[in-house]
Amino acid sequence: MSNLSSNIILVIAVTSIATYLSRSFGVLFSEKIDEHSKIFKLFDCIAYSTLAALISKVVIFPAGDLVEAGIFLRIGVVFLCVIAFYVFKKNLVYPTILSAILLTVLIKII
Amino acid sequence: MINSAYFFLGFKSVRSFDSPAIALACSFIAIGALLKNIGFNLQQSFFSTFFTYALPGQLVMAESFIIGASLINIFIGVWLVNARLFPMAVSMFPLLKSKKQSKWKYYLSCHFLAVSSWLIMKKDYRTITEEFRIDFWIGIGTATWSIAILSTVLGFLVSDYLSKDMMIGLAIVNPIYFFCMLIGSIKNIAIGTSVILGTILGPAFYLISPEWCILYGGVSAGVVAFFAGEFDE
Repeated sequence: MSNLSSNIILVIAVTSIATYLSRSFGVLFSEKIDEHSKIFKLFDCIAYSTLAALISKVVIFPAGDLVEAGIFLRIGVVFLCVIAFYVFKKNLVYPTILSAILLTVLIKII
Repeated sequence: MINSAYFFLGFKSVRSFDSPAIALACSFIAIGALLKNIGFNLQQSFFSTFFTYALPGQLVMAESFIIGASLINIFIGVWLVNARLFPMAVSMFPLLKSKKQSKWKYYLSCHFLAVSSWLIMKKDYRTITEEFRIDFWIGIGTATWSIAILSTVLGFLVSDYLSKDMMIGLAIVNPIYFFCMLIGSIKNIAIGTSVILGTILGPAFYLISPEWCILYGGVSAGVVAFFAGEFDE
């Protein structure tokens, strides 16, 4: 096995373990938690806010290909798609497809 | 073992018109193409999604791999970006508890925990009998996980045909879909405040600590939102 190949296997293993730890500790911790308790409500809020923090971080400070699109373009597409989400009565498909088309087209124009 | 009726009920939930299947597929097609570009082969790309199945973590892994980061740095980077899975698990698995079910199901199926499956489960759990919610969850998870794996393979295979602009277009789909799904799931003051404050504080904390911003922003916004919810009651 080449050096690069064994390196990649190690990288995949390390990434998988780091990810599974959060998932499994969550299950372990939740064994003692009642769904009607205050601590459950607190974790519910933290889960929603952490997801929102992650998504907005991905849009405003992206990694990977999204960096190529300017920040105002990215935020503009998000706003238009949120408007579309409400215009289409909270349908998720239209804003999702619209986002890909809008960004692919606008990045060529702007 | 697993109740097949509830398993397939969960499995089929990704077939609905506005299911996360499209967003999930687009994102993992992009991941498959990215993994090929950084030197992974088809099997390695397959196993990356098979064993990790967490988009932001895989992105961090790819970026760290490109710059030749050490394994410990990759571990910390991935753990930090995927730490959101801990509060997600704590806020979902108590809803699936049943004394009649074996523990292994919970520890094995937690691998399926992702934004897509979590949001579907949070939306639908009340419609499922308590005893079989874990089987329903395993059905949802198997479906979303399979879509992610197949899309990674597809992305790897078609990467040569994807232009830069198309990759950028694919990359925006995931945040848009899940942001709309999040604001669509706002049902009270506490969750509404969580989403709005999290959206503001995540990037705000990036200016102070890029690595810890999701945790700092998420936890502080969540705590404030919790007290806002308590005050409202």
